[in-house]
Amino acid sequence: MASQKLVRLINQSGLRVDGRRLDELRPIKLEVGILDKADGSAYIEHGKNKILAAVYGPREAHPKHIALADRAVVRCRYHMAPFSTEERKSPAPSRRELELSKVIREALEPSIMSEYYPRTTIDIFIEVLQADAGTRCAGITATSLALADAGIPMRELVAACAAGKVEGQVVLDLSDIEDKQGEADLPVALMPKSNMVSLLQMDGSLTENEFKQALEMSTEACRRIYEMQRDALRSKFLVAREEIAEKEEVAEVKA
Amino acid sequence: MLDLILKGKRMDNRGPLDYRHLTIVPGVIEKANGSAQVYLGKTKVLAGIKVQTGDPFPDTPDDGILTVNAELVPLASPSFEAGPPDENSIELARVVDRGIRESKAIDLRKLCIQPGKKVFVVFVDIYVLDYDGNLIDASAMAALGALINAKMNAYEVKEGEVSYKDELMPLPMKDYPVPISSAKIEGSVVLDPCLEEEQVMSCRLTVTTGKDDRICAMQKGGLGVFTVDEIKQVVSTSIAKSRELRAAIIEKVR
Repeated sequence: MASQKLVRLINQSGLRVDGRRLDELRPIKLEVGILDKADGSAYIEHGKNKILAAVYGPREAHPKHIALADRAVVRCRYHMAPFSTEERKSPAPSRRELELSKVIREALEPSIMSEYYPRTTIDIFIEVLQADAGTRCAGITATSLALADAGIPMRELVAACAAGKVEGQVVLDLSDIEDKQGEADLPVALMPKSNMVSLLQMDGSLTENEFKQALEMSTEACRRIYEMQRDALRSKFLVAREEIAEKEEVAEVKA
Repeated sequence: MLDLILKGKRMDNRGPLDYRHLTIVPGVIEKANGSAQVYLGKTKVLAGIKVQTGDPFPDTPDDGILTVNAELVPLASPSFEAGPPDENSIELARVVDRGIRESKAIDLRKLCIQPGKKVFVVFVDIYVLDYDGNLIDASAMAALGALINAKMNAYEVKEGEVSYKDELMPLPMKDYPVPISSAKIEGSVVLDPCLEEEQVMSCRLTVTTGKDDRICAMQKGGLGVFTVDEIKQVVSTSIAKSRELRAAIIEKVR
């Protein structure tokens, strides 16, 4: 809980503070359909990040004047719980949360076939319960699953991961201490089948070559995360199938 | 217009890598510590700098503070409404801020008056006056021009109190970051999109570079997507263009 002092981020063996190699992802856990009231939902743990994503929609547009004639309006709210960060964060939406809400929406909307639902809204809610750097990426990864869980037609899933630079080396998937003390942060979201980038931001200092390295590293990691997303969706459908099978057994017994 | 772009031409006869005519007028607001008015084609942005004293942040007790705000005032466009900053003005302010902050353009250490107690706060306020596309580049250039133009009173600290001298000094500047924004329209990429181009673009990529060709900020915006190759190409082009514009801005403001 004490404030972090400056530490060496990469040791002599080339390992990071949490023991990872330079190109290693933090552990990821994905769960789909965990909320009852939302039309679609997913929960992600990515390193120490714990993030819930929920989707309501397509639903009737309120207020009516925001509705579009030819497609659904996609709205997104990224928000952090007050206890999610080291210093308590005020619940009021900050400028950072407003900016992230915008870029996350712009990362996901290209994948949504919103033209199927004119005059409706598709509302995305991302709540960061615990933050440890990379929240916008983890939020995008989870929301893509929540959209699938809601049955919203999508061109493909969107997976996201950040790369960065720490002590002069390009590394994958920054943790909080690496983000704070490091030299660059590059969050990226990718639609892996079509190989299209829908989110790209950077802050820090990178040469053109370092940038290219970091971009390659993060897009490759997005592809790995995409496989995890597909597994998570498959096991959700596996569970659903088992439930149906059980109900049929019970129905048979009763009959 | 789409026809023209597919043939490598644009409405105003510009090439895909050409910026519109750029004028920067420094020092237009005498009461501000610094100011600059940018005319980029028909886009007009005014940036003002105020330097005041304040408390440092607890985690950076030896550093001055930079804060950037942007207003999309209603007179600038039929699409701007009065009210608190919306996501566009917040994104604009934060992208301009990132360029200045991450390039360490201002030596914030030199703005410390008394460590842990008193520092200078540099307020950069961006006022968009006429929206004809590419607000990010125009605003950042106005901010940069205003920072280069800014003067503050020299001072000394006696018994914990700041006393100002008549002598004026510039802000301690170390770098001059310039963002270059590109718009993707039907698979072609053009720099410095005007309003009509922004209205048809699928997405935009802004790359901010400092004087050593180091990228210090990037921001993709819009509902479209880029291929990895398009991104690499845009970055390359932007670094080169940034060099060109940086020289022009510094020359115009001196």
